[in-house]
Amino acid sequence: MNLDFTPIIPSIPYILKGIVVTLEIAAIACVLGFILGVLLSLVKLSGIKPLKWLADFYTSVFRGTPLVLQLIIIYMGIPQMFPNVDIQPMPAAILAFSLNSAAYISEIIRGGIMAVDKGQSEAAQALGVSYASMMKDIILPQALKNIIPALMNEFISLTKESAIVTVIGALDVMRRAYIVGGATFHYIEPLLIAGVIYYIIVLILSYAGKLVEKRMRVSD
Amino acid sequence: MINVQDLHKSYGKNDVLKGISTTIQDGEVIAIIGPSGSGKSTFLRCINLLEMPTSGKIIINGQDITEKKTNLMKVREKVGMVFQHFHLFPHKTVMENLTYAPMKVSKLSKAEAEKRGGELLKQVGLFDKKDEYPNRLSGGQKQRVAIARALAMEPNIMLFDEPTSALDPEMVKEVLDVMKSLTKTGMTMLIVTHEMGFAREVADRVFFLDGGHLIEDAAPQEFFKNPSTQRARDFLEKVL
Repeated sequence: MNLDFTPIIPSIPYILKGIVVTLEIAAIACVLGFILGVLLSLVKLSGIKPLKWLADFYTSVFRGTPLVLQLIIIYMGIPQMFPNVDIQPMPAAILAFSLNSAAYISEIIRGGIMAVDKGQSEAAQALGVSYASMMKDIILPQALKNIIPALMNEFISLTKESAIVTVIGALDVMRRAYIVGGATFHYIEPLLIAGVIYYIIVLILSYAGKLVEKRMRVSD
Repeated sequence: MINVQDLHKSYGKNDVLKGISTTIQDGEVIAIIGPSGSGKSTFLRCINLLEMPTSGKIIINGQDITEKKTNLMKVREKVGMVFQHFHLFPHKTVMENLTYAPMKVSKLSKAEAEKRGGELLKQVGLFDKKDEYPNRLSGGQKQRVAIARALAMEPNIMLFDEPTSALDPEMVKEVLDVMKSLTKTGMTMLIVTHEMGFAREVADRVFFLDGGHLIEDAAPQEFFKNPSTQRARDFLEKVL
């Protein structure tokens, strides 16, 4: 078999540094996407029609177009449309992934909220609890517990799919593997290493997800 | 005092309540019975505005709660409700179920809320379960916790929506016993129930609803011995 890892061994630390970039994009996008996703889902479930339409439209656009397209439009489109704004690859990547995952997460959360027994909100209302407190203390905790597996899935796929930030030149694991390939003329070996890195990250995240799930199940 | 005037409730074209009028004095215990679909639960749920009446008035202690400017939450604070399926908060312990609303709504301190909660749990005989999650309790225990949770807000009126219908037969008594002891405290209680023996024993008045109308309103001895409508006679024949 014609595989030779020896020429790229010195470059492995360089590729590994990309993990920080990959995780930074995924983690920040997940947090921002989650916050925006909660807001979107609450808007969708509220009775306020114009806001609901806006949220539905937002979701359909971000789910209905390729992520790589959204990424490039944000990275190249913003400087063209607003010439005094200079957007770097990292903020562009984080923005694109946040906006995109918010669309998916909002649907996950909406489903989770709707799956909570209607009796729960009635019980809270009957005790005189306000809508905001009811959502925060009674409905969302139960909804989140049910959707933890789906949210973990979203976070894992976000981490993997962050590899496409390569197209705008953010120095993540994938991009670094390419660069090493170009510099050493060994293209496949660095990519295999990148693959192993992604796989290990995903394994760790899956395991962490299982732990969180288990902790959330104490009341069962 | 609860004064209900010509209460209507419809869902689209489906009229569930077709004009109910009655007055309930403080401390009265009302058993509401009738065939399914007669509007018993809807009537009950209008009293704390879980259902918004389509027309008519409900005046509780001089305040018309059906007016637009009514603060729903203020009304509900003082009207406790117990549901057929308990609806305890599954992610909170028994004690947290009892202390949540008093702390959140009545702004009690945690210590005050837990003191009140502890007393109520002793009252329903479940103090030793205070740190359990609801899923670990039997149906009867859950319903007793649910009653204690409603009482923790110190309501003036308690609504019971078929509180024993979802229970195994051997657990019905423990819940009825708690309710019976509550009647002795002078609490105003409206109870939708299929437990005719219980209604006969504890109620001051029996409401018989049929097709969205309150067609009988009588003392239990009178109602069960000699109902004045044919509809009630037919119903009693089937259930007794």
